[in-house]
Amino acid sequence: MNAKTILLPLLVLSILLNGGCGKGKTPITLAGSTAFQPFAEKLAEQYMSTHNNVAITVQGGGSAVGVQSTISGAAQIGMADLVVLPEDAKALTATVVARDGIAVVVNPANRITDLTTQQVRDIFNGKIRNWREVGATDAPITVVSREAGSGTRSSFEQIVTDITLTKDALIQDSNGTIRETVANDANAVGYLSHGLLNAKIKAARIDGQECTNETIAAGKYTLVRPIYLLVKGTPQGEIKNFIDYILSDPGQQTIKANGLIPAK
Amino acid sequence: MKLLGEKGVQKILLVTAFSAISALLLIALFIIKEGLPFLITYGLGDFLLSSDWQPQSGKFGILPMVAASLWVTLGAMIVGAPLGVAGAIFLSEFAPRPVMRVIKPTIELLAAIPSVVYGFIGVMVLAPLIRSSLGGPGLSLLAASIILGIMILPTIISISIDSILAVPQSYREGSLALGATVWQTIHMVTIRAARSGIIASIILGMGRAIGETMAVIMVAGNAVKIPRSALDSVRSLTANIALEMSYATGLHREALFATGVILFVVIITLNSIAILAIRKRVGKR
Repeated sequence: MNAKTILLPLLVLSILLNGGCGKGKTPITLAGSTAFQPFAEKLAEQYMSTHNNVAITVQGGGSAVGVQSTISGAAQIGMADLVVLPEDAKALTATVVARDGIAVVVNPANRITDLTTQQVRDIFNGKIRNWREVGATDAPITVVSREAGSGTRSSFEQIVTDITLTKDALIQDSNGTIRETVANDANAVGYLSHGLLNAKIKAARIDGQECTNETIAAGKYTLVRPIYLLVKGTPQGEIKNFIDYILSDPGQQTIKANGLIPAK
Repeated sequence: MKLLGEKGVQKILLVTAFSAISALLLIALFIIKEGLPFLITYGLGDFLLSSDWQPQSGKFGILPMVAASLWVTLGAMIVGAPLGVAGAIFLSEFAPRPVMRVIKPTIELLAAIPSVVYGFIGVMVLAPLIRSSLGGPGLSLLAASIILGIMILPTIISISIDSILAVPQSYREGSLALGATVWQTIHMVTIRAARSGIIASIILGMGRAIGETMAVIMVAGNAVKIPRSALDSVRSLTANIALEMSYATGLHREALFATGVILFVVIITLNSIAILAIRKRVGKR
């Protein structure tokens, strides 16, 4: 009696779970960069509307997860937004599908409009501690950075080079909270993906170059990172078709329309 | 109803009771399994006593986080304990019963507010206030202490009220009959008799404060350094795990689990003390 009452629901449940997925569709799983995740979701949706033989799932987790899960096979395609791919990723085939600018942002109340790469480096190293030293009002600088392991942070530190983040730096765990912190604190400086700029914050010109789609596409703005799709071995079959779709004109158009810079 | 019967219900309840315990056991085993190898290879001393936390260059020192967790908890106690105990004394000894019956559930409702809401209020109201009036980045040890102090009020107040009300009325009458004033009666008789319950409430509040994550991440600023003043930004043990877990792999991930082991040990210690204090109270009656 007891065994039956427990087993029956389990049996029903397992049948339901089995029946839920599959049905002859080729599953493709993407995992990794949270910066590219929303774009991948949109692209997957568009692709599946015309190709109903594939079932694409997009997961986040961060660039490191993208690399690891592609190596382990948990995901067929890894997404990584790193300037330098880690050693483990050497075995994978990496395709640049988009580029993303990193904007150095300050509060709109801040008088600063221009920074040099050297000044950015010194501010994040904690060498420059007062806005007066870079030509703005006399006020202490509040440095805001991302958590260790963030793709945006490692890209930022690799492009600017020689950054050992000051221990006084506030740490926020997403582009969104960086934006909120800088928008709320007149003395704060942070960095975020340029697609997320809005009126509540102000992007500083770096070495005289404004952070816009045009300057990034023209290669004038230097704080730019590539977004990679990683595949184990050579992309084949449906995986190759999907990556080709992302690199095609309609795919690149979707990327551009939503705030990233196309790969070509 | 006959379907289950006396024995059936008993067995179902037994399974439910054990599922709670086995969940706790599984969690403990999992954290220890993931974190212990790191503690052994990296060295407990280096892990606990170094203040360099640079996962990218393989440096894992959690001293700033341990210090931050202790300071934030102490700060929350300084804010929450006097307010909570004083509130409990007022509500149980002075306030008319109908007033208490309205206020106590209202305070307990504070416990139902999600911590992200406390954090949001901290970021939007408290941090700018601290920044403009006292200086510093605003997101600070002070902000975290105040927010946590408010968050632990319901725990402290409701358990304290219960233990003060549990003091037999004859104690108070006896004291008053001997010529003691109301205040003398309260602090020399009532509070003394309810002492272990009040201490237990404070320790439970402390457990809540040290384990709180979301609100602390939002208001403390998360800088990895040992605070020199209450206006400095700090990162607690819980915040360290939650902030970096989503990205961490390899040794970094193990280090975060090891952080969890340390946190687990601290919380178990606090809870054991609380349970002992409560037992003492029950034994007295």
